[in-house]
Amino acid sequence: MGEARLKVVAAGPLVTVQDAGRTGYMRFGVAASGPMDRLSHAAGNVALGNAPEASGIEISMGGLVLECVSGTLSLAVTGADCLVETCGDSLGSWNVISLSPGERLSIRAGHKGSWAYLAFAGNLESQEWLGHSATHSTSGFGGGALSAGQVLTVRDAALREDRHGAIERPAIAASEAIRVVMGPQDRFFDPSALSALQEQPFRLSAQFDRMGVRLDGPKLSIDGALSIPSEPVAKGAIQVAGDGTPTVLLADHQTTGGYPKIATVISTDLDRISQMRAGDVVHFEAVSPEQAVSIARDKALKMQVYLEEVAVPRGTLAQRLMRENLISGAVSETPD
Amino acid sequence: MPQARFTAVSDHAVLVQLGDEISDKINLEIQSLDRAIAAAGINGFLESIPAFVNILVVFDPLVTDHGSIEAAIKPLLADVSAVQGRGTERVVRVCYDLDIAPDLSEVAAQAGLSEDTVINMHLGASYRVGMYGFAPGYAYLSGVNEAIQVPRKPSALRDVPAGSVIIAGPQCLVTTLTMPTGWSIIGRSPTEILTDNPRHPFLFDVGDTVRFERIDRATFEAEKGLRHG
Repeated sequence: MGEARLKVVAAGPLVTVQDAGRTGYMRFGVAASGPMDRLSHAAGNVALGNAPEASGIEISMGGLVLECVSGTLSLAVTGADCLVETCGDSLGSWNVISLSPGERLSIRAGHKGSWAYLAFAGNLESQEWLGHSATHSTSGFGGGALSAGQVLTVRDAALREDRHGAIERPAIAASEAIRVVMGPQDRFFDPSALSALQEQPFRLSAQFDRMGVRLDGPKLSIDGALSIPSEPVAKGAIQVAGDGTPTVLLADHQTTGGYPKIATVISTDLDRISQMRAGDVVHFEAVSPEQAVSIARDKALKMQVYLEEVAVPRGTLAQRLMRENLISGAVSETPD
Repeated sequence: MPQARFTAVSDHAVLVQLGDEISDKINLEIQSLDRAIAAAGINGFLESIPAFVNILVVFDPLVTDHGSIEAAIKPLLADVSAVQGRGTERVVRVCYDLDIAPDLSEVAAQAGLSEDTVINMHLGASYRVGMYGFAPGYAYLSGVNEAIQVPRKPSALRDVPAGSVIIAGPQCLVTTLTMPTGWSIIGRSPTEILTDNPRHPFLFDVGDTVRFERIDRATFEAEKGLRHG
């Protein structure tokens, strides 16, 4: 164990340090921030033996290239499908790999997904704000955005060969549609707007960042002129501007706003809508608040089981070969 | 006892609304309810976000649900009243030199007053922190003297520096980030709203009162330099 230093060769926009986020400060105007796709962030960490909330890097479709300056360590790439290249090897995300001095790691956008996560075996040194490294993108508070030339330091960097290889992807059954609880201002909308939200397709627009994503599709008209006093806003809120255009508020959302909210995406489905891309079609499906709570509980249980599985070391290469030999050999019928 | 409307929000929050129009009475009732919720030790409660006429109560859906939160808050309404809580008085220092107060002259013109009168009226009022919002540390202070209330400007000005003292209608705000604003910029403050003190990271709590204190340019530069030095 020692220290590893990684130089940022290139970083696209919105490549930021994120831990699991800072909750409890919304009353001071501070959104929780943290990963756009929380499960992928946690999975990368536990696959390395880290705590699920450890600091890592969130990588936008702009991509990231790092060069190892000193130290040898294991890293995990999860989240969006991307092209991960190191030492001439080309592989996809959802892998644990290693990096040694002089080696480069390049992560570029693949076919699907908007946000990839890079986790480090060790502790990523990062600036904290209010006790967390999560970057609030509009203020830059927290660990901040990465830029070329910067050097990242990982303390207690470790090579964890018993964890190298593919990471099992989450196979948590999710409905195709993005589920919402209607309101809190649904009563101000035309009935046609309420049915349009639930029945018609919308597309994610290119106006998509960590604050939120604007949607293209039917205009959601408000029943008469409406001016509501600025009020608190929950993550996932679908706020509708005066021209009827909806925006889904995401990790770095404003904590208050005066636009009416027709519905709110349930937290279970926020990772999924965050991983969609501009142009992707989204269908919304209304569920009751009681259903939403029961979905959240069910998802939390499955997430816990999944993360516990991912956290189990797979053994060294020798151990894995041995196990595979055994499995394909005479003892294949035994349950263990 | 105020009438409350409860609305379920997503899978993890309840919006409690005490009225539809902004007024001092309702905002004080919200702050009273906010204190009562914080003190009640409600099972599964995570945080509350008070605003002008409503308060968002965030809970852990693995522990509780909308109905239980509503049931826990209802009995608290009996003791809610529109009295000023025991908020602390906070002092914000402000320099009104025209080059860092680019809209002071326009506010004076709209109000039909001299610039000095606008400054004195701004200094003469006592403000109350109604809510935070928009961005980290943006505290909405109510209490701008009616004589100097001006509407938002038709278009926003970009890259307004942190520390700008801005007004629109009855509200005043001290900015914490370089951001665009459509409010009128009438001064600049070296006082840190984001304090860098982990035990008290924000200068104001909702419900605190705020008084502005005039400083000259040399003092402003010195205090600002101290901050960034």
